[in-house]
Amino acid sequence: MTGEARREAMLAKLAELDAEHAKAAAGGGEKYAARHRGRGKLLPRERIELLVDEGSAFLELSPLAGWGSDFTVGASVVCGIGVVEGVECVITANDPTVKGGASNPWTLRKLFRASQIAEENGLPTISLVESGGADLPTQKEIFIPGGRLFRDLTRASARRQPTIALVFGNSTAGGAYVPGLSDYTVMVREQAKVFLAGPPLVKMATGEESDDETLGGAEMHARTSGLADYLAEDEHDAIRIGRRIVARLNRRKARPEPAGYAEPVQPPETLLDLIPTDLKEPFDPRDVIVRIVDGVSAGNEVPFDEFKPLYGPSLVTGWARIHGRPIGILANAQGVLFSEEAQKAAQFIQLANQSDTPLLFLHNTTGYMVGAEYEQGGIIKHGAAMINAVSNSTVPHLSVLIGASYGAGNYGMNGRAYDPRFLFTWPNAKSAVMGPQQLAGVLSIVSRAAAESRGLPFDEEADAGMRSMVESMVEEQSLPFVLSGMLYDDGIIDPRDTRTVLGICLSVIDSAPYEGTTRYGVFRM
Amino acid sequence: MTITRLLVANRGEIARRVFRTCRTLGIRTVAVHSDADAAAPFAADADLAVLLPGDTPAQTYLDADRVLAAAVRSGADAIHPGYGFLSENAEFARAVIKNGLTWIGPTPQAMDAMATKVEAKRLMADAGVPVLAELDPAAITEADLPVLVKASSGGGGRGMRVVHAMADLAEAVRLASNEAASAFGDPTVFCEPYVERGRHVEVQILGDAHGAVAVLGDRDCSLQRRHQKVIEEAPAPGIADAVRAALHEAARTAGEAIGYVGAGTVEFLLDGDRFFFLEMNTRLQVEHPVTECVTGLDLVALQIAVAEGEALADLLPAGPPEPRGHAVEVRLYAEDPAEGYQPQSGTLTAFDVPGVTARFDNPASYGIRLDSGVEAGTEIGTFYDAMAAKVIAWGPTREQALRRLAGALERTIVHGVLTNRDLLVNLLRDPVFTAGKAHTTYLDGADLAVLTRNGYDEQGLRLAGLAAAVADAEARRHRSPVQRGIPAAWRNVVTQPQRTVFDRLTVEWYGGRDGYTSADGEIRVVEVRDDAVVLEHDGVRRPFTVRLHGDRCEVDSVLGHLPLVRQPRFTDPAAQVAAGSLLAPMPGSVVAVHAQAGDTVTAGQVVLVLEAMKMQHNVTAPADGVVAAIEVQVGRQVSAGDVLARVEEDA
Repeated sequence: MTGEARREAMLAKLAELDAEHAKAAAGGGEKYAARHRGRGKLLPRERIELLVDEGSAFLELSPLAGWGSDFTVGASVVCGIGVVEGVECVITANDPTVKGGASNPWTLRKLFRASQIAEENGLPTISLVESGGADLPTQKEIFIPGGRLFRDLTRASARRQPTIALVFGNSTAGGAYVPGLSDYTVMVREQAKVFLAGPPLVKMATGEESDDETLGGAEMHARTSGLADYLAEDEHDAIRIGRRIVARLNRRKARPEPAGYAEPVQPPETLLDLIPTDLKEPFDPRDVIVRIVDGVSAGNEVPFDEFKPLYGPSLVTGWARIHGRPIGILANAQGVLFSEEAQKAAQFIQLANQSDTPLLFLHNTTGYMVGAEYEQGGIIKHGAAMINAVSNSTVPHLSVLIGASYGAGNYGMNGRAYDPRFLFTWPNAKSAVMGPQQLAGVLSIVSRAAAESRGLPFDEEADAGMRSMVESMVEEQSLPFVLSGMLYDDGIIDPRDTRTVLGICLSVIDSAPYEGTTRYGVFRM
Repeated sequence: MTITRLLVANRGEIARRVFRTCRTLGIRTVAVHSDADAAAPFAADADLAVLLPGDTPAQTYLDADRVLAAAVRSGADAIHPGYGFLSENAEFARAVIKNGLTWIGPTPQAMDAMATKVEAKRLMADAGVPVLAELDPAAITEADLPVLVKASSGGGGRGMRVVHAMADLAEAVRLASNEAASAFGDPTVFCEPYVERGRHVEVQILGDAHGAVAVLGDRDCSLQRRHQKVIEEAPAPGIADAVRAALHEAARTAGEAIGYVGAGTVEFLLDGDRFFFLEMNTRLQVEHPVTECVTGLDLVALQIAVAEGEALADLLPAGPPEPRGHAVEVRLYAEDPAEGYQPQSGTLTAFDVPGVTARFDNPASYGIRLDSGVEAGTEIGTFYDAMAAKVIAWGPTREQALRRLAGALERTIVHGVLTNRDLLVNLLRDPVFTAGKAHTTYLDGADLAVLTRNGYDEQGLRLAGLAAAVADAEARRHRSPVQRGIPAAWRNVVTQPQRTVFDRLTVEWYGGRDGYTSADGEIRVVEVRDDAVVLEHDGVRRPFTVRLHGDRCEVDSVLGHLPLVRQPRFTDPAAQVAAGSLLAPMPGSVVAVHAQAGDTVTAGQVVLVLEAMKMQHNVTAPADGVVAAIEVQVGRQVSAGDVLARVEEDA
């Protein structure tokens, strides 16, 4: 495949990605957006644009949450990391154009993930609240796990991680505890509505006649109940106050801003010419690395210092910097992980922990090698050592799926279950227990063997149908949109943005202190 | 009487101009300055500086006693008065001489002789210099029209009225007389024939103490606004040799008639080939550099030499030089021509005239001369004249000088204070002016909205706005405590453009991986480095310079200068100006307060009075209502936009 063909294929995938992002951005659609605006209100992304510092970056998280489900793509909430008054914050904003901003099971998972990011990186949380509560038809999936939202808020506060709620509209019943449990609460005059029960329910419960303003208006909460710390004149004013609150939080990052650095030796733009969209076609991860890491400058004479280059060549390991911050990189080179690669990875991860250096995993693996020779050579115990090191490492981890991420290779390379601080996917990536053809083939062999053992004739036609069905099902399930929809990543990114995304993530990570470990599980020798 | 230490009883560019010559001659220098001018460049230019406490001209540069005391205290042995202030005050000249100091200027007697217009005219008519006939208002007939009714005392255009029809004469005389009475305390008026499209041509003379008077060429200063010169040039263009010779002869006659010593200017009104004596200025003129350029002389050095008693025969043994090439001067004023030339105040945050080859001195060859009283960082106040600098181009021909000056002005960086620069550039390229056909009232009928336009039409504004927005975003990125290396406004999910709001336009743009573009994608940002922004639109690359001073974005390009003011993203509702607030329309001081809190006022009623630039401005109630608060007292200095009072409107 030529560079031009690769670029075209990748651009086609990026166009699909843009189309899916556009669906998320459209929220409840033109009609509901117009109605919302008609009330003089801002859309959630407009609120965020005003909240973050002018010209600063905003890294939206899990934008495709709920993709492939019955719910609107994006799960009726916008989450991300933005800079407010020079402080990196986790920002969440309900999208009231989607069923009044009601939470569905995906909304919960997306908010949980945002809360986890805030916790791991020590970031303040700003909630832009306007939600009609829970999506009642799915209440059984929301009500009980949903309690964690409020638990997380107060635990964040207990960790001295500030929580700020800007209430733009409905925040009733359970939702009332978001302002209730936040450190700072701002309510918009004549818009915010915060109560446990509205007039009809109160009437049912006690017979008392009341109205919205009396039960939960912004003015009442600011002057009478004290639930609102600030009364905002309008939405702009609420955002202004929110920014002033952050300005006075006195946040200091755990690590200083790094000094100067150079842009990559090779322009990130050329990544598109390099990356085959057909996963069978191998590519050299060093070509990716030089397009992501800092170029040559004083103090960084070599962009990438490879570690153990002659041993376990199917996994590239080495040291570099991204936006001036040191990083250790593990990148699959030939897809398969052998014993040597696993041992090299375990050692490299320990070295990174010795020097408090964050790690970046670039996935393009089909898994650990199989076969008698490799089993006898101890591939399991070596793979286990790698997983042991990854699991117990305490330096921050970043993962990017730049190609395949199959089988236990996904685990060893720090897949989602291993809680990397951030995990992003390229549009060409795929992830599953194994490749679709292999999986279908395995099923076919097993059923053929079963038929044979029972002395039954094997239905070749049915087998071919089954194989094609399984193959297409697994193929579909291993696609990035599906994985992203299930929150198995933090988003699908344009390969050319990888350096920027990692730069933001590493900056965010520096908000809280971290230290490498010396404690691991027992390494089987 | 060799001068060793010279005090300049003046300020701004003329003080610096005189100091420059003194330095050349080896004479030590003394500046006097007001409180407001304590940090002005001229005060630092001199070897010694003496403070004249106070701000107003009356307290400072016009106070003869204090200026004289400063001269004595600083050990000066000569005083150069510059122009304006005490320069034509014969009493001051007498006092200087009486104190044993050398007065750089004509004898007090000569100054007296030229002090009142009517007297001066009579003197000149007696000497055979053509003057406009003085007409008795009572004897005017249809044949005399049009006529100009003038106050006998005074000047500056006050009390002047043009009469085109007999029916209007009586009323015009009555009004002029009333105005003259209230302005100068003398109701006497006279009439003279009104020359409708006259040109202002003047002749530079220099007399010595031995009775010789030399003519050093002529100047045209026809382009004026409200009787103040805007563009001056030498020699006066398009004048027949015979007429020029007659003008020079008349000027020499005038000088000789009063035994003139020093540099002086005889002003004439030129009407076709006829000319009439207007008045004589017994001092150095603002526009003297154009004469210096074309003659190669240093007029200040010559003033000093004749004051020291040297003879013209020794100073100019070969006689006055013939003019070489053509010189044009523009006066850069801190003013808003589109708003009635309202004076502007503020800090000049940047000032740079490109291609300047000489300062306060003649260029060695054809080039640009700058005589500036200001520099980057100078505070421009409203106590004194609004002229900030003079830019002079000297070229082989008039056309070349005009083009060169227009080019230099167009590329001049002048930030922080509004100026008449665009007006000057347009005038220097104006077909009537370039044809040498501008008369003294040319600007009175001109459409200033058109003449003050620069290249920032709708498309120009879009380009400049994007350049400013991008420079601002880059600056914010660089000073952000975090993520400085991340592209500005980067988004992984792009949903809307960034919006930068300026006072006169809102710019929508995208940032991110591929750099900046306008929201419609038509304009691409090719480069942003420090204050340089290069845009590409329709295949054409356009460089812009954007300098940021707080909220102000100063954009410069070949289209000219565009000051943009960043609007705050948020307004604190508590800080918003209450309705009914009376705001100061310009900087000035409060001279009277006519109401107090609780008073009932009617719309248009004067609530208080401000004085700015020697003019009083009434601040009136915007509507019927009650005065809720008066926020200032008499004597208080206010800035434009300050809240002076609040009036609560009747419901």
